[in-house]
Amino acid sequence: MSDTSTPLVEVRDVHKRFPLPSSFLSSARPKVHALNGVSITVQRGEAFCLVGESGCGKTTLGRTVIGLEKPTRGEVHYGGQRVDTLDDTARKPIRQHMQMIFQNPYASLNPRMTVQQILEEPLRFHCPELNATDISETVNEVMTSVGNDPAWGQRYPHEFSGGQRQRISIARALMVSPEFIVADEPISALDVSIQAQVLNVLMDAQAQRGLTYLFITHDLSVVEHFGTRVAVMYLGTVCELTKTKDLFATPRHPYTQLLLSAIPRMDGQAFKHQPIPGEVPSPVNLPSGCVFHGRCPHANDRCRTEVPLLNSTKSTAQVACHAVEEGRI
Amino acid sequence: MALLEIEDLEVEFPNRHGTLTALRGINFTLDESERLGIVGESGAGKSMAAFAILNLISEPGRISKGRIVFEGRDLAKLDEEEIRAIRGDRISMIFQDPMMTLNPVLTVGVQMIETLKAHRDISDEDARKLALARLREVQIPSPEARLDAYPHELSGGLRQRVVIAIALLSDPAIIIADEPTTALDVTIQAEVLALLLALCRDHATALILITHDLAVVSQITERIIVMYAGSIVEAGATRQIIDTPQHPYTIGLIAALPEQNAPGQPLNQIRGSMPSLNNIPPGCAFAPRCDYATDICHRIVPNLTTAHGQSVACHHAGQLQPQESVRDTERAVS
Repeated sequence: MSDTSTPLVEVRDVHKRFPLPSSFLSSARPKVHALNGVSITVQRGEAFCLVGESGCGKTTLGRTVIGLEKPTRGEVHYGGQRVDTLDDTARKPIRQHMQMIFQNPYASLNPRMTVQQILEEPLRFHCPELNATDISETVNEVMTSVGNDPAWGQRYPHEFSGGQRQRISIARALMVSPEFIVADEPISALDVSIQAQVLNVLMDAQAQRGLTYLFITHDLSVVEHFGTRVAVMYLGTVCELTKTKDLFATPRHPYTQLLLSAIPRMDGQAFKHQPIPGEVPSPVNLPSGCVFHGRCPHANDRCRTEVPLLNSTKSTAQVACHAVEEGRI
Repeated sequence: MALLEIEDLEVEFPNRHGTLTALRGINFTLDESERLGIVGESGAGKSMAAFAILNLISEPGRISKGRIVFEGRDLAKLDEEEIRAIRGDRISMIFQDPMMTLNPVLTVGVQMIETLKAHRDISDEDARKLALARLREVQIPSPEARLDAYPHELSGGLRQRVVIAIALLSDPAIIIADEPTTALDVTIQAEVLALLLALCRDHATALILITHDLAVVSQITERIIVMYAGSIVEAGATRQIIDTPQHPYTIGLIAALPEQNAPGQPLNQIRGSMPSLNNIPPGCAFAPRCDYATDICHRIVPNLTTAHGQSVACHHAGQLQPQESVRDTERAVS
């Protein structure tokens, strides 16, 4: 697992479908196509960001990577080992290396456990050989490292504000010294002045512990600040994958361009946003060809029939777009 | 003369331990067709200030002091029936969650016609025509079909457009929009904001936009009020506030945004969090989190004073060096 050349996480052509209840008259069960052939790799030490609007599959991808969902098709590799087919027992040693931070710190902390119990639980599960002194020492050390007062341990989650709770969630994730953390919208539920505090804690933890992040967010300004590389998702596919700096400097995919132009800015310029008519189609009946073709100003017949693959362009950017590939954009 | 004038507004909630003052000393005016933003974090009282205008404060809360003068009348003194004639007619509201605003068991058309008939004597046919015209104005595709649709059949963006269409029905003088795009995705947010901006301009409607998002207010509004713990801490022209904030809270809030910081570097942050309303410290409410706080700040509540068109409630206003000095070394400690 210490080989630095293999990516820490590799997702190969993953598909995920969720069956819907069958309708009253027909036996066919419609399916939600949550992920449609997604391939990404996350290198060690990276902060890999997944961005996209609600329903684009970014959370499903994060949950699939960490093993909370099984892919319908495709493979997930962790540290060079295929993990999506492992059963719970075989997965347990790997689980210790990966942790997750959820969006809502009001829902992700058990209200009936004290902070101390919440933090001790993962350690007791993964490291049963540790004695009580070791465990409480680790709790103190982790709490201090995320800027929490270790004396919080005897209190319950409801006694804390949103930002404090999210720092407790981060501490819980760090308890087992993971190397990989999936953070699903960890700051979206927080106020602006608190978002900065929590982002700083996440960045500090990365620097101190050499963590690798899969960071799921809809907030592009956070991506720009925090991300090493970024994958833009739309309707269960990755439409552009590149270095964060390049994405903001030269967005290639028409959807990325639309997304970037929609960010409200404080620079005093008037709205630059060029709205694209229409809305995201339903993931139950996917459009043929490129999933974005119905709204894309550059779409032609090929886009309507052939699914574009994530191709490397001249730079390091990977773009799934026929128009970019043919040089029409 | 200003369209709306709010003088020394105070809102109280009696509770077991006495009374909780949710808003104190709120003063602001709104001119005709002016777009005003109220910014602050959750619990700052920004929604409360707007709800107070239409007397929408839920029991047992009440306006304990102050005047809300609109078209020559003090809204704080009107009885329920009189204020209902103004709500949704002269002043209308747009809320954050369109699904909560729209009645799920009535079609869009029925809700629009109902709103119109509540305020004026109009035939069903005319009301339907007007409703259709408004749906066109908010750029809803195939508006005829949408009139007979139920809210659950529409996407979030379309629902919020319907809510805007309803708010516009009676050509109000003021629209109060409480976080109208917070529940929407960023591309839909951009469309809805552009629409709201265009409609307010076309109809010369004044807008009060309540939001936590500084970038959104900076793009839509002409003037900003910044609120903290139930009081106004800073007010002035939008560009002035964004470019040269004077209050340490506003300075810190802007400096904390990721786009104001170099990529990968620690973000500037304001330490601690906002006090709850039943536990507001004496003196300046921001003092415990403020890097500039001195003895006076912990004892005496600063007044909102105006210089160069910008009002600031800070004992040290005008003496602060913005940006550089807010760098906080003592991070993440609360």
